[in-house]
Amino acid sequence: MLTTEITQEWMDKFYHKIEENKDYLSELDTPIGDGDHGNNMMRGMEGVKQGLAKLQKPDLKTILKNIAMSLISKVGGASGPLYGTAFLEMAKKCGETQDINALINAALDGIKKRGGATEGDKTMVDVWSPVAQTNEITQKVIDDAIASTKDMLARKGRASYLGERSIGHLDPGAVSSGYLFTALLETEASL
Amino acid sequence: MKKIINEPQNVVPEMVDGLVRAYPQYLKKIPETEAMVRSDKKSMEGKVGIVSGGGSGHEPSHAGFIGKGMLSAAVAGQVFTSPTPDQIYAAIKASDQGKGVFLVIKNYSGDVMNFDMAKDMAELDDIKIKSIIVNDDIAVEDSLYTQGRRGVAGTVLMHKLVGAAADQGASLDELEKLAKDALPHISTIAVALSAATVPEVGKPGFVLADDEIEYGVGIHSEPGYRREKIKTSKKLVSELLAKIDQELHLNPQHQYAVLVNGMGATPLMEQYVFSHDLLDQLEAKQIKPVFMKVGNYMTSIEMAGISLTVFDLADNKWLKYLNYPVETIAW
Repeated sequence: MLTTEITQEWMDKFYHKIEENKDYLSELDTPIGDGDHGNNMMRGMEGVKQGLAKLQKPDLKTILKNIAMSLISKVGGASGPLYGTAFLEMAKKCGETQDINALINAALDGIKKRGGATEGDKTMVDVWSPVAQTNEITQKVIDDAIASTKDMLARKGRASYLGERSIGHLDPGAVSSGYLFTALLETEASL
Repeated sequence: MKKIINEPQNVVPEMVDGLVRAYPQYLKKIPETEAMVRSDKKSMEGKVGIVSGGGSGHEPSHAGFIGKGMLSAAVAGQVFTSPTPDQIYAAIKASDQGKGVFLVIKNYSGDVMNFDMAKDMAELDDIKIKSIIVNDDIAVEDSLYTQGRRGVAGTVLMHKLVGAAADQGASLDELEKLAKDALPHISTIAVALSAATVPEVGKPGFVLADDEIEYGVGIHSEPGYRREKIKTSKKLVSELLAKIDQELHLNPQHQYAVLVNGMGATPLMEQYVFSHDLLDQLEAKQIKPVFMKVGNYMTSIEMAGISLTVFDLADNKWLKYLNYPVETIAW
């Protein structure tokens, strides 16, 4: 069950993961993108942190919507609308159910619709999809999903211009999505 | 990295501030954003608004084309990063005069998604929106399995067309038709001599040896189709012109507009040398452009290189739109 407490702790942990790995994410983005994924996500998570700090006794929907709007208005590029849409879809769904799996599935549908990508296109969908399909999120599910993007040929976004040359690189959006789910795992374990 | 900047993360806000303070006669900043709108509000009255924008680093695009006869507003994103929907939405609102707003978007996944979200926000406010996604870069195959062709320097010609038509009272539907009709006739191809460095990244997007060039590079250092040793201007022109010819099937009976665009670090001197060879080679094909521009219009920070855009003027109106007077910083 996703609660306000879990969500706030989750975002705090995600913030620290992005902070620690900012340069690594930008490095991953250099050969197949334009080298700014770490900076863009960091700007977004600064926005999320500031946005959440301003809320007073918010409900879950308000928190999720606040996260979405911060990401949409701070990240830019393709990641902003995609991460933003994910949290917006969770905000829409959470009135009906707080089941984490159901919320992740709603987010995944939103990401696919917004970006037009599907499984195997070497995008964040390749991490969100296995996580949405599993009964129990484990670090192995996350790591395997991230690793699977390495041998894929990019079919969406700027990496798609590389064609065959995109093979052999991890997708930066898949890696940052991995941090998001690791942060969720660690949050669940800590509470 | 050697750049005339302060903190790398402040490049965009400081650039926007410098721009609006230097040119208050053309544009002003929309408060709380990095979007800019025409200062001559009267020139927009009763007309469809034209909004464009994208990542920064392509100056004078896009704000340099704000003004009577061209753009109503433009949004500056982070360097090489699409602007966010709230900022695009602010630009739309500032441009809307009750006749709707036409968006000129370059075909990158980020731009397409952010503009799309802004469009949804505007439509909730009952602002009518139509748009064109410009994809003039013929370096990459147009495929269903990729993002498709990129939007590059030809976008500036699109700004000019719809801007001129809007100023003469074209409706939102008429602008959409104009943009859709003209788009397939605009083709661009580039060659790069060196890469751009995004200030916050601090390293070039790719590395070319001192004597190497790459054909088909995009305006964010996206890879091109071939690398080889540097050639003479004549040989570069024949490579790029051959690509354009394959696409547009150049015909002496047609009229053409040509844009020779510097990518940022290439001096005008070299752009004029390139133009000399280009005009020679076009002449050999019995083609004399009826409209030509040479200069920095759609740059890629300090990338060295040139792009060549050819526009087949299949409709007589298009030349009139290109020649229509404007009041902008950079056209």
